[in-house]
Amino acid sequence: MTALIFLIFAGIAVFCGISLVVQTHPIASALSLIGVMGSLAVLYLQLGGEFIAMAQIIVYAGAIMVLFVFVIMLLNAGAETSTFQASSFVKYLGIVLLAAFLGLISFIIQATLPKTEGVVFGVFQGTTADVGRKLFTSYLLPFEVTSVLILIALVGAIVLARKEI
Amino acid sequence: MPNALLNSPVPLSWYLILSAVLFGLGVAGFIFRRNIITVFMSIELMLNAVNLTFVTFSYQFKQVDGHIYSFFVMVVAAAEAAVGLAIILTVFKNRGTLMIDDVNSMKY
Repeated sequence: MTALIFLIFAGIAVFCGISLVVQTHPIASALSLIGVMGSLAVLYLQLGGEFIAMAQIIVYAGAIMVLFVFVIMLLNAGAETSTFQASSFVKYLGIVLLAAFLGLISFIIQATLPKTEGVVFGVFQGTTADVGRKLFTSYLLPFEVTSVLILIALVGAIVLARKEI
Repeated sequence: MPNALLNSPVPLSWYLILSAVLFGLGVAGFIFRRNIITVFMSIELMLNAVNLTFVTFSYQFKQVDGHIYSFFVMVVAAAEAAVGLAIILTVFKNRGTLMIDDVNSMKY
């Protein structure tokens, strides 16, 4: 079952990723990105990351993508008019070269990774309690620094959204 | 598809290959798209691909540190999205366009 679930959701992720790149309308790209994030959340669950899977759904697919869709609606962004001047031969050559590049990367990963036991669901569960304990002991300083980062981003967004700029 | 393949454990390299493929797609979108919002979404795709690698190695080493790193990546992505979209709004207010080819006054 593990392999079947991986293949299904990896397929959805790659399909939605390709759709993100080739769609001309920003709303279609945003929906494709939500598809990628949802299927990645399933893969996180499979790898035993329950907290990170839920954070992926709530923070990424929820908050950040709502912000994106909100800005697309606000700016009334239409379909992209291509200014990319290239013959169709060059475009198809680019697609072939990208596919060859990704195939080469896959081959290198497959060849250089030492043989390990595969992923079986349930062998490792990084529970939310474990993540929380580590976050507030070993990673306390980075955690506090992120709150400063969020504050700076908040102030920056307010400053940029003023009328005078 | 043979039944043995579906019931056997998933090799770790499959997750890493999926991550590399998603990252490559993100780079392609970043380079070839002309709409500034789509370029921004390609960056988010790359961040997601890196998160998958973190969680995969977290499984391999049976430690939750990878989850915490990818949590920090999410925090940075949220901050970046807030500031970046504010910048996009300001650019659109001043230029009236979202195409990155038209925003080129620093080029000349």
